[in-house]
Amino acid sequence: MKLVKTRVEIEGTVHEELSLADEEPKPWGADADLRVVGVATAKIDGAERVTGRARYTSDVTLPGMLHAKAVRSPYAHARVKRLDASKALALPGVRAVISGENVPRVGWFNGTRLFDGVARFAGDEVAAVAADDEETAEEAVKLIEVEYEQLPFHLDAEEAAKAPPLHGSSNLIGGSPKTYRRGDVEKALREAEVVVEADYATQTEVHHCMETHGAVASWEGGRLTVWESTQSIQNVREELSEALGVPLGEVRVICHYVGGGFGSKQVAYKYTLIASLLSKMTGRPVRMLLSRREESLGTGNRQATTQHIRIAARSDGTLTAIDLAAMGEVGAYGEFGWMTEGPAQRLYACSNVRTVNGTYFTNLGPAKAFRGPGYAEGSFALESAIDELADRLGIDPLELRLRNYSEADPQTGRAYSQKRLRECYRRGAELIGWDGNWGRCVTGSRCRALGVATQIWGGGGGPPAYAWVKMSPDASFEVIVGGQDIGSGTKTCMAQIAAEELGVGIGRVRVRMGDTEAAPYAPVSSGSRTMPSVGPAVRQAAADARRQLIELAADYMDVPTDRIAFDGGSFTARPERSPYIGLEDLAAKVDELTILGRGVRGPNPRDVDLMTWGAQFADVEVDTLTGDVEVKRIVTVHDIGRVLNPLCAGGQLEGGVVQGIGYAFTEGRVVDRRDGVVLNPGLEDYLIPTAMDTPMIQTAFIDEADEAANSIGAKGLGEPPMIPTAPAVANAISRAIGVRIRSLPITREKILAALDEAKEGEGSR
Amino acid sequence: MSDLGSRLGGDLVDVVLNVNGEAHRLRIEPRCTLLDALRDRMHLTGTKKSCDMGECGACTVLLDGKPVYSCLLLAVECQGHDVETIEGLSKGGALDSIQVAFIEYDGYQCGFCTPGQVMAIRGLLLNNPAPTPDEIRVGISGNLCRCGAYPRIFKAATAAVQAYEEARQA
Repeated sequence: MKLVKTRVEIEGTVHEELSLADEEPKPWGADADLRVVGVATAKIDGAERVTGRARYTSDVTLPGMLHAKAVRSPYAHARVKRLDASKALALPGVRAVISGENVPRVGWFNGTRLFDGVARFAGDEVAAVAADDEETAEEAVKLIEVEYEQLPFHLDAEEAAKAPPLHGSSNLIGGSPKTYRRGDVEKALREAEVVVEADYATQTEVHHCMETHGAVASWEGGRLTVWESTQSIQNVREELSEALGVPLGEVRVICHYVGGGFGSKQVAYKYTLIASLLSKMTGRPVRMLLSRREESLGTGNRQATTQHIRIAARSDGTLTAIDLAAMGEVGAYGEFGWMTEGPAQRLYACSNVRTVNGTYFTNLGPAKAFRGPGYAEGSFALESAIDELADRLGIDPLELRLRNYSEADPQTGRAYSQKRLRECYRRGAELIGWDGNWGRCVTGSRCRALGVATQIWGGGGGPPAYAWVKMSPDASFEVIVGGQDIGSGTKTCMAQIAAEELGVGIGRVRVRMGDTEAAPYAPVSSGSRTMPSVGPAVRQAAADARRQLIELAADYMDVPTDRIAFDGGSFTARPERSPYIGLEDLAAKVDELTILGRGVRGPNPRDVDLMTWGAQFADVEVDTLTGDVEVKRIVTVHDIGRVLNPLCAGGQLEGGVVQGIGYAFTEGRVVDRRDGVVLNPGLEDYLIPTAMDTPMIQTAFIDEADEAANSIGAKGLGEPPMIPTAPAVANAISRAIGVRIRSLPITREKILAALDEAKEGEGSR
Repeated sequence: MSDLGSRLGGDLVDVVLNVNGEAHRLRIEPRCTLLDALRDRMHLTGTKKSCDMGECGACTVLLDGKPVYSCLLLAVECQGHDVETIEGLSKGGALDSIQVAFIEYDGYQCGFCTPGQVMAIRGLLLNNPAPTPDEIRVGISGNLCRCGAYPRIFKAATAAVQAYEEARQA
């Protein structure tokens, strides 16, 4: 085993790290004869989910468990001058109150501390109560008297730029915007034959997972066990260990099932720390679950952005410059912004690119990554601007994109491990019937047109990730991974990979995930990284287990190992096929035979980019009298290398498109500018798509193994399908009505206002 | 139980609830919802709490065979009625055809909305055995799925219509 430097890209940022490298199985090539991998397979934990037996964090109850609720600041920015919990403590059933008065020193983001006496957004926790039941806890929260001194607050990036800093010396994360340049943008703009320039805006989007955030904490002496609704049991474990000063080995985090994450459940939250502290104080388990309204306050959201984009081109459509100035918001706490500028830098062949992106602290709930963070926002502006260029030049928008296709990474010149975007465009165009049909078609007040948008995203994953494959004395196998399946079916893919490599039927393989105890590290399920990171480790572990079994069989039959064949049921000696021994028989020969195969995710291939691609097409019809939009069909075609499980993968595409529809049309956090309070914290007026809002969705994959990427030839899929939806429908709508909508969500009001404006300013566009 | 009930108004009452064919005797506050009674008192955690105010459908159960939001019903209102939850659907370990269809058509991702979806479909089929596609869509429109599994939920529901019909003929 060696240590090797490797490059890992996650969510648009690249970092170098040291990884372990051990002999890995040869990649499954495009022509590999696979029995299980690549086959549509029903999720192996289906029975648990459809019967209600699956236990989510909110279902966990422990004997003597208390319930905790938080006191939340009603003000966007305030100092706690005085806090009196005496009335709450006197309420029968209240077991403990924790606040700035009695909290140990526990670090929080940006150098702040838990209950440090400052509330930085309306909803920020300032104290908490543990009581016998939830209602008593809620009653107690009302009885805690808090005197606040209100402080000045700001609610968006523009205000933030002029306001006193929330943290450190600037409201701008890092003190200055992120800048990037290649070539000479100003020169290209001066010399361009055509320049498209416009402002775009995207809204704050709240994750609103069906299972709200929450945790159950329980101590046994110095040992802490926490059930958390999370995408990362390992992150929560590490953060608890660090924040509470408990050795890592004494912290256990469990999450077998989580009711949605989408990026909002990657870390420990204040309620995780609070539940753990209250549990220590009371000596009893404590459960702290957020209500739906609390969920929309501080658990995460996609940043709102404003983007000013300029695109310069020749009259044949060749791009000569892309110039993007973006502003984003991270809310009251955060360590970094997102790569809104990613698509502008990396999608199209263009020698002159400049991007500036500043992310600001605001007195609102902290933003968190939301499915394709930065890229969904950036793709809306970029792909809309590209379409505007196509309109201006009278060129087919698909043709224009193909003309600026980049065979290698336009930022670095580095080759891709594989890029089948052209095939995605072609196949998608075929399915939607693009050729000759994409233009505007008017029938009375109804206008119809097609739109297209491109998806680019990293999906290569990387180390660190580990896996074990254990065989028990009954010759059944277990894949052991210290990670989680957040609903995409990664657990099933791991069973498939192990079964394939072992050579056994999938029915013989169980998967144990969701518990940091006695399981090796696996990364957070975000950034479309789980399968490309963990999958190869699982394969290597299975290969290791298989090798051990073959050695045993060879020794037992007194035959060299290279003559042993294993067909999933028996070991035989080639070529005679005799002697032979069945797997169960071999296991029975050795009392309580236990095999443990180990796998580790090795380094990424050098000098290639591991990206995923997609093309999404929208067929929409707009009623110009009412502003109503009917999305008749979405076609989405993706390249993620090998598709491990076509059944689950198709579901990811559909789910991403549905979320994209919400982002495009109905979602958006609304905040009262006078006091920074969220006006639509509930699902009755934060509108996420229902079954009735779902268009017909056609999905396809190019499904060609990316042998260069990793030993399973597969890349991640979690985020790609959502990224191009808003621009695809926006492009179709703009084409249909002849006016461009440049902000999300696209509402009836905006469409009607745009049509009115176009009528008034007839001729000037 | 704290004495909060009597302080806030509403002494504890005794109710008997019929859930999945079994009688449960409970002593609860009158303002206890059916959802809370199911989850916290009867430990039937299959029915989920997601918004607790009738906006998402995760808490869907059947009341006398009709789909209802259990977060909007008081437990005391349900005395004398039959409540069916997701746990009651797979008695004796055998899955109902709706559940089988969900597995076959991959009608879920995170699975949190799934019990509500399954019960909504069951409620639809018990009351409308031959729904049109539009009627199926409306039938599931009261159940939010943030993962966006609607196309497959719809497919599973369509398959279940068939399966229920076949079972009736048999």
